Amino acid sequence: MSALNLKLTLGPILFFWSRDEVFKFYEAAATWPLDTIYLGEAVCSRRQQLRTSDWITLAHQLSDAGKQVVLSCQALLESESDLKRLRKLVDNGRVTLEVNDLGAAKLARDAGLPFVAGTHMNVYNSSTLSLMRTLGATRWLPPVEMDRDTLAAILATRPELETEVFAWGRLPLAFSARCFTARHYNLSKDDCQFKCLEHPDGLTLATREAQGFLTINGIQTMSDGCHALLPYLAEMEAMGVTAVRVSPQSAHTAEVVAAFRAVIAGTQSADAAMAGLKGKHAGAAVDGYWCGSAGIINTGDTLHARA
Amino acid sequence: MPKLPELVCPAGSLPALKTAIDHGADAVYMGLKNETNARNFAGLNFDEKSATAGIRYARDKGRKVLMAINTFAQGVDILRWQRAVDQAADLGVDAVILADLGLMDYASRRHPNLRLHMSVQSSATNYEAVNLARDLFGVQRAVLPRVLTLDQVGHVIRHTDVEIEVFGFGSLCVMVEGRCLLSSYATGESPNTHGVCSPAKFVRWEQNGSTTSARLNDILIDQYGQNEPAGYPTLCKGRFEVQGDTYYALEEPTSLNVLEMLPQIIDISVSAIKVEGRQRSPAYVAQVTKTLREAIDTAGREMQRFSVKPAWQAALGKLAEGQQQTLGAYNRPWK
Repeated sequence: MSALNLKLTLGPILFFWSRDEVFKFYEAAATWPLDTIYLGEAVCSRRQQLRTSDWITLAHQLSDAGKQVVLSCQALLESESDLKRLRKLVDNGRVTLEVNDLGAAKLARDAGLPFVAGTHMNVYNSSTLSLMRTLGATRWLPPVEMDRDTLAAILATRPELETEVFAWGRLPLAFSARCFTARHYNLSKDDCQFKCLEHPDGLTLATREAQGFLTINGIQTMSDGCHALLPYLAEMEAMGVTAVRVSPQSAHTAEVVAAFRAVIAGTQSADAAMAGLKGKHAGAAVDGYWCGSAGIINTGDTLHARA
Repeated sequence: MPKLPELVCPAGSLPALKTAIDHGADAVYMGLKNETNARNFAGLNFDEKSATAGIRYARDKGRKVLMAINTFAQGVDILRWQRAVDQAADLGVDAVILADLGLMDYASRRHPNLRLHMSVQSSATNYEAVNLARDLFGVQRAVLPRVLTLDQVGHVIRHTDVEIEVFGFGSLCVMVEGRCLLSSYATGESPNTHGVCSPAKFVRWEQNGSTTSARLNDILIDQYGQNEPAGYPTLCKGRFEVQGDTYYALEEPTSLNVLEMLPQIIDISVSAIKVEGRQRSPAYVAQVTKTLREAIDTAGREMQRFSVKPAWQAALGKLAEGQQQTLGAYNRPWK
């Protein structure tokens, strides 16, 4: 085991948590061994426990405490009020943005603000990646469905930006104009009664054979399985990945972060680290996307990691 | 009479192309026989010979042909997508419909006179996104994902000089196009990577007594009793269990149908109305094209007085998925 040259990041909270829970979470996260913290509302415009100005204030506080901070923008921008909140983020003056929409990329570019091109920017090839670079991206995340061979081929062209991989958590798979949580409760989206607050890790959608399949998270559909790429950090580093992301979950995020840090620092084997996280995530561990198959598959490597 | 939106119809084959033109399409859209387009299905699409014949047929009747190259080039092996753009330019299509920004960049540099349409797969849901593609690549039209209300569509139109195209009829994607990976989560192949959704090669039907099960890569998408009509297991349109309730948790099998909104669509200056369905038969294309042609022309003449003729609704109703139709996101309560 040797130390890996990988940064460890914490993605934005994709679920809807109360204001208190969010503040408590970041109070704790500020003490975790993380290189970058992403924060902000990336999913639904109706989630306003924290207003845009609250997120900016929180970002500035974490930044003053010495953390590298990135403000994540909403992925689906439909209305003028969505754009208004986006402009506010762009105008924050200090903190880099993670953009997940072309319109957000435009505003960041117009403002001369460097940005992180998020996983929903659909960068599937080296040519689109260089275009992102010219627009101002300094870091990018491949789409979560991209397999390791495709990513390795892109990184072999030595792109001039950092590469971050979504390495832990329920996978953000789809967005809709429709709110599936409101639909579940027979509520309209405009009167959703903020039911997402009752489901801090989303609502499980199972097949009629009780196989966990997807997770409903408001307008977002996620995997039921927990994408667990902890066993692959060494090969990521070897191909030129520079950072790995842990996506927040309602419990045990600190342990997940600690496990990633231990593997990166070379103080624990991936096997042991994965074993230690057993039962500390929702859904089954999956790694199919990384290995070039269906995302729902667990190739077994997650349990029998290579050194 | 106000300016009418173009009627853009699907051409999965040369017979479908001719049928669409004969029944009143202003333009047809087609794809090549490979993974460069989002309906990469066996037995569909065009080679050079049929494309040439199709373009000639459309030209002779004064109609347009658009070529969809609307999947995302994968990795570093992007030549196939670039060659598809070159081929479209050589064939003399009226426009290419592109999703991948890198490919738009290539097309605008290599073929500056080739008209660019931004595919629905580009997920441009706001005018800032549309205007970025205009500023960077000279995109002249954008196809909007099926997520905006009609008011929001109007708002986009008022804030851009790029032409706006919307979906008018066909199977409904409940997710934002270009931002749905459900198919690859279940099967390894998605619209963005392989130009397919819930691909047929992963579908398995099982009969157990009076119950029919529809599986996608072994995942149970739906089950039907003896007298229930069984539909294709598109994975967002199956019945699943959430907190003890079994229901169409994401969407029912249904089709989008905007007939009753045509006067408003014309009024807000939508440039084109697209019909989904390159995978459908020429007979389907004939019926939908004919009905929409008549309805658009009538709506343009009658505007405020317009009402949907029962015969149109009946004709489209028979063709709709699960025999159900919806105004989708254009109408707020659907959300």
